[in-house]
Amino acid sequence: MKSEVTNRRAGKPHTSMFLRMLMRAAVLRRGRAASALLAMVVAAAVATAMLNLYVDVQAKLRKEFRNYGANVVMVAKGDQALPADAIDKINAILAGHGLAVPFAYVVARTSNGQSIVVSGTNFEPVRKLDSWWSVTSWPANPQDALVGVRAAALVGPQGTPFDLSFQGRIMHINPTGILRTGADEDSRIYLSSQDFESWTGVKPSTIEIASSGSSEEVSSLIRQLSQAVPVVEVHPIRQIMEGEAHVLGKTRATLAAATGLIIATAALCVLSTLIGWVFDRRRDFAIMKALGASEGLISGFFAAEAAALGAVGAIVGFGIGIGVAAWIGRVNFHAPVVPRFNVLPVVFVGSIAVALVSAVLPIFLLRRVQPAMILRGE
Amino acid sequence: MFGCLVFESFRRQKRRKILAGVAITLGVGVATAMIAVATDIGDKISRELRNYGANLIVTPQEDTLDVQIGGVDLKPPSDGAYLNEADLPKIKGMFWRNNIVGFSPMLPVNVRVGGDTGAKNLTLLGTYFSKRLTFGRESFSTGVRSTHPWWKVQGAWPDDNSFDVLIGESLAAKLGSKAGDEIEIAGQPHRVVGILSTGGPEDNQIVAPLALAQHFLGKPGAVRRVYVSALTKPEDAFARRDPQTLRGAEYDRWYCSPYAASIAFQLQEAIPHSHAEQIRQIAQNEGTVLSRIKGLMLLVTLAALFASALAVSAAMATAIFERRKEVGLMKALGAGNISVAALFFAEALLLALIGGIIGFAGGALLARQIGRSIFDSQISIEPVLFPVILAIAVIVTFAGSAMAIRRAVKFDPVYALRGEA
Repeated sequence: MKSEVTNRRAGKPHTSMFLRMLMRAAVLRRGRAASALLAMVVAAAVATAMLNLYVDVQAKLRKEFRNYGANVVMVAKGDQALPADAIDKINAILAGHGLAVPFAYVVARTSNGQSIVVSGTNFEPVRKLDSWWSVTSWPANPQDALVGVRAAALVGPQGTPFDLSFQGRIMHINPTGILRTGADEDSRIYLSSQDFESWTGVKPSTIEIASSGSSEEVSSLIRQLSQAVPVVEVHPIRQIMEGEAHVLGKTRATLAAATGLIIATAALCVLSTLIGWVFDRRRDFAIMKALGASEGLISGFFAAEAAALGAVGAIVGFGIGIGVAAWIGRVNFHAPVVPRFNVLPVVFVGSIAVALVSAVLPIFLLRRVQPAMILRGE
Repeated sequence: MFGCLVFESFRRQKRRKILAGVAITLGVGVATAMIAVATDIGDKISRELRNYGANLIVTPQEDTLDVQIGGVDLKPPSDGAYLNEADLPKIKGMFWRNNIVGFSPMLPVNVRVGGDTGAKNLTLLGTYFSKRLTFGRESFSTGVRSTHPWWKVQGAWPDDNSFDVLIGESLAAKLGSKAGDEIEIAGQPHRVVGILSTGGPEDNQIVAPLALAQHFLGKPGAVRRVYVSALTKPEDAFARRDPQTLRGAEYDRWYCSPYAASIAFQLQEAIPHSHAEQIRQIAQNEGTVLSRIKGLMLLVTLAALFASALAVSAAMATAIFERRKEVGLMKALGAGNISVAALFFAEALLLALIGGIIGFAGGALLARQIGRSIFDSQISIEPVLFPVILAIAVIVTFAGSAMAIRRAVKFDPVYALRGEA
């Protein structure tokens, strides 16, 4: 019987005792261990949420910036029309990460001989692309047209139907909506592409594309597009691209500064809690030392304890932090922030590192003190 | 006696007091910096949003239709009405003049470019690059360099009083000209000082000082339209009201709010025979982007406040927990729970005030540093924040100490003195 126990102990001399000490320390001092763990969890959660937001904010804001409309424009070279399959090719390249809308333009004449620009397009995607267009009512029936506010003053101030002629062919137009943008569109008339083509026979010459990618993705999109459709000029709309880059850069920099400050504060919180926790247990330290444990073993014990705390805290905190980030995304951007699992290793390693530092620091200070002094309560 | 106890506690336990004080200082500093940044971020971002260019356009009142496709003007020359260049400095005399970041007049004219052989009809756009103007005693410079920040020039920008021109990128490639060349416009040679790249229709145009375009048109002082870049307040339901239907105080409130619509209204008043309109693509989207970024920073600031509150309470709890023996001694000597708690709270108050003051100063410096390094401008902190932050610091410190003090006071003095903590 006795030899069995001795054998068993000889088999794994330290590990089981080590583990048991770790477990008992956690169970017996539930209150303090729980408060240390709580600090750890909260810090990891805050760090996770902030890092997640920082990584994801670009994608979220890009979506908002797409309200500014197209950032790439494709124009046929010279006076040619675009190839008929151009729009399908573009949609294949975009693969759902953007919107492409074709526009065709002619200069028509009103009944009293005034020149006016008429454009043919698809209203459904235009409504999505140019969300800032202020329109009284969108056309739904054939021959319905959207008339720019300045054009309307000229052709049909009271919304009465009027005729336009292009190369001798007359088109009867029914103005359903007034368009107001404050730009060139105000002096144009917009028709659906079916009406436009059957009237003028002119095919689209311009495609406006809104791509919701980073600037590198947009430049690679431009390369792909000019390869796929060779007879066109593709160029980025610099006004939109650069404005976006500026605002995005500043926002990210501010958020980075905030993230740094918040993570530093959270680390400070963990540090002060854990230092207190370890100091509080200086009697354990003294007893272990008095019983003959080496300094390395004791440091190892406290370090293992801190590392375990850091690991558990990091994982629980990561889960909570993801939830917080998703909530912030929902409240502010009306779309949850996607969990970024590449943040996990950073949070994990960071938590354990902070925990180790805060455990080893007090041990380092206590090492110089005689165990007898501590046990006497001095 | 009470004051003496507090004083001695600070004198004899410097290490602990410094640790707790540092935690409070850092927490308050971070909170102050974040609040300052969050309150100022709207201003800063709306200034950054001006990188999108002008958000208002002024055109002549009796304007004829633009017949323009892809930036090519198809209208017969000398058609249409014009604004008067001499009226433009009046923009700086408006109520919201300080919100005007800049303005650029534009005058497109059709010109013949090149020698006798292979002459081409091209559009020449006259504008201000960075023109010095004076209104009253105020002198300012304005032009496309402030309203169209995405315009990039290879070479140099022309002087506004010279006869030099810029050539658009695509046009330069077609003509084979580069910076430093001469180009013949309407029979006169002009120096090309730079190649302009805008990503817009100007890439196919010649851009020249406004006076030169007026000379080609033969109408001195003529301006076709003016682009105005103004700092505006996001539009709300009140902004969309028609000023004609507003009465008295409501009209004053509408007029004195920097809405795009009311600035457009004032532009119309400032420039005779004009019509001002917001460029909806730019003006309408600013509000959404701005509110998203402001909302984000608000939530992040809440996270920062939460984290610093937690750090402060953790530090206080630790500091008090270590002093159970003292509590035991005091109670053994006959101190009541209330006087022990009062001592701890007095200490916490003192720590919070000292940490709060230093933290506020540090946070203000931090905010200023963030403003300078990110936005190249100051983030000023409202003095009214000082008492608020100090009050928050005291409340958080008290809240953080309360639990620990309760536990310390409840602890049996016998155990504490025997060292069985």
